[in-house]
Amino acid sequence: MITFMNNSDSEEEPCNERTSLMSAESPSVPSYQDGLQASEAGEAQAHRKRRTGSSRSPNNIADGDMSDSGVPVRESTLENEEEELTLKYGAKHVIMLFVPVTLCMIVVVATIKSVRFYTEKNGQLIYTPFSEDTPSVGQRLLNSVLNTIIMISVIVVMTVFLVLLYKYRCYKFIHGWLILSSLMLLFLFTYIYLGEVLKTYNVAMDYPTLFLVIWNFGAVGMICIHWKGPLQLQQAYLIMISALMALVFIKYLPEWSAWVILGAISIYDLMAVLCPKGPLRMLVETAQERNEPIFPALIYSSAMMWTVGMAKPDTAARGPSQQTWDAAEDGRENHRSPSHGDSQMSETRSPVPTRPITSLEELEEEERGVKLGLGDFIFYSVLVGKAAATASGDWNTTLACFVAILIGLCLTLLLLAVFKKALPALPISITFGLVFYFSTDNLVRPFMDTLASHQLYI
Amino acid sequence: AFFWLVSLLLSSLIWFIAVKASNPQDEPLQKGLLIFGVMFSVLLQEAFRFLYYKLLRKAIEGLVALSEDGCSPISIQQMAYVAGVGFGLMSGAFSMINLLADALGPGIVGIHGDSQLYFLTSAFMTMVLIFLHTFWGILFFHGCEHRRWWEIMAVVVMHLAVSGSTFCNPLYVGSLVPSYLLMAAAAAWAYLLSGGSAQNLWRFLLCKS
Repeated sequence: MITFMNNSDSEEEPCNERTSLMSAESPSVPSYQDGLQASEAGEAQAHRKRRTGSSRSPNNIADGDMSDSGVPVRESTLENEEEELTLKYGAKHVIMLFVPVTLCMIVVVATIKSVRFYTEKNGQLIYTPFSEDTPSVGQRLLNSVLNTIIMISVIVVMTVFLVLLYKYRCYKFIHGWLILSSLMLLFLFTYIYLGEVLKTYNVAMDYPTLFLVIWNFGAVGMICIHWKGPLQLQQAYLIMISALMALVFIKYLPEWSAWVILGAISIYDLMAVLCPKGPLRMLVETAQERNEPIFPALIYSSAMMWTVGMAKPDTAARGPSQQTWDAAEDGRENHRSPSHGDSQMSETRSPVPTRPITSLEELEEEERGVKLGLGDFIFYSVLVGKAAATASGDWNTTLACFVAILIGLCLTLLLLAVFKKALPALPISITFGLVFYFSTDNLVRPFMDTLASHQLYI
Repeated sequence: AFFWLVSLLLSSLIWFIAVKASNPQDEPLQKGLLIFGVMFSVLLQEAFRFLYYKLLRKAIEGLVALSEDGCSPISIQQMAYVAGVGFGLMSGAFSMINLLADALGPGIVGIHGDSQLYFLTSAFMTMVLIFLHTFWGILFFHGCEHRRWWEIMAVVVMHLAVSGSTFCNPLYVGSLVPSYLLMAAAAAWAYLLSGGSAQNLWRFLLCKS
């Protein structure tokens, strides 16, 4: 979903997996994460939308107070400018999301192609108990479908659990869970990843150095993601943990199950975000009622200092909207909190009506950004990584999937600009990606290979 | 790039069906099918270029309608250039990337009697194709804009000619030389269409203001 993706679950799952036995039999929460992500995304989007709605009314009131004659003019120019800015910066948003998604995919593909570890089969997750080593095709298909059903049901259960936790205000539990998950991801998975990379390139590293490196990496990551830090560093960390998670998925999901799960997840995402009774929708609405920002460390934010908003615990956790509107500084922080598109304009104008227009627009320009859930990153990278791993060593398939996913992302962002509400980011991209993967692998590859062998060009 | 990819997909689908439906042992038939596949693919690529032009036209109309001063932030010429580059990059990437990946590994070029210049000529051919796609993009869009059908036909014929010349491979003089000549011609033509002239070029080279 565009906005949030809950990463904590997935992090927790692998954690359990590792602690139990290296046979990787523990349940992972990726599905959960997916659901969470979807819910987060939906929640965040709806939240943002409500924010927009609520911010518009105080804005209009503020405008009215200032000068009655100026109000209608201001409002109409406001709308025009908003539309134009939305379109103009629509392209900018797309680029702002292309770069991190591309980076994540590049990291995953590079690792898959070079480090053998992630393409070896060393057991399966407990969420996919049925093995795919069966002799017949029908049995294999049945097993993969059963695996998918189990995975998706785990996701649904986890999502509902999260919604309940959120509804009954168990914030400490959720925050603790998130911190535990990211801790596990940042330390344990990084350690394993680093170990495998060093093994592949036959580089020796002693334990004290390793400890120092991992400790620094993990500690800075925790601070950046959950507290304050430079935006680019936070983005880099989020990309890295998404890539690590995707690599875990690629390694531990059996072949056919992975493809069926990708398809099922995008359908689930679509339903959970858009259906009125979906858990994600409920989560979003609850968050909107309380006017709260969603959990940290689960979304990729392209332009805001999200952590600044989180630094004030009362505004972040439970602050009613009045608090954020009163003080100019609070208004500024509220402005900096996640919002999408034209909500920015109204929000900034409302608390500080005397500020000159140009500086407001500048503020908006630099703080306007897009949010994409981390689960989206993860599943895009899983698709491209699987394409790189299993497409008979063909780079064309990987490239085709990459282009397909980016185009899907483009279309989703376009729809977001049109509909201005929470949208699932998975369906379109994953559909394109799957279509292109299977068609390129089976149709285009023989064609291109034959052309290349005769050195013909089209 | 996406549109080129889709055209490639459709053309390989057609070729694949044709191959599966025919006798795999029959060599000349396979070669004939391949040639047919190549020509069909070229025609499909140009058709998709046209579709892309239509899409961009609609987008420009939308942008113009929404902008304040009635002109869109990006002109159709810029879009033509970008479309051409996209097509070229995708076509080049698909042609070259497997070759590059194989070039990293061990092996001897042309050990079975094929040409030893395989990698070099592939690189040059890919480069010329990428340039050509860029220029064809400009020419094609210009022709569509001003309703000059002969320009569009010229682009299609040039593309067919370049693809056809690659049938002479490994007789590289038959494919590389005509392609480069065509590229020079297309470059000059696109330059003139984009508003350049010999005077501009001269001034640019002499670094006059």
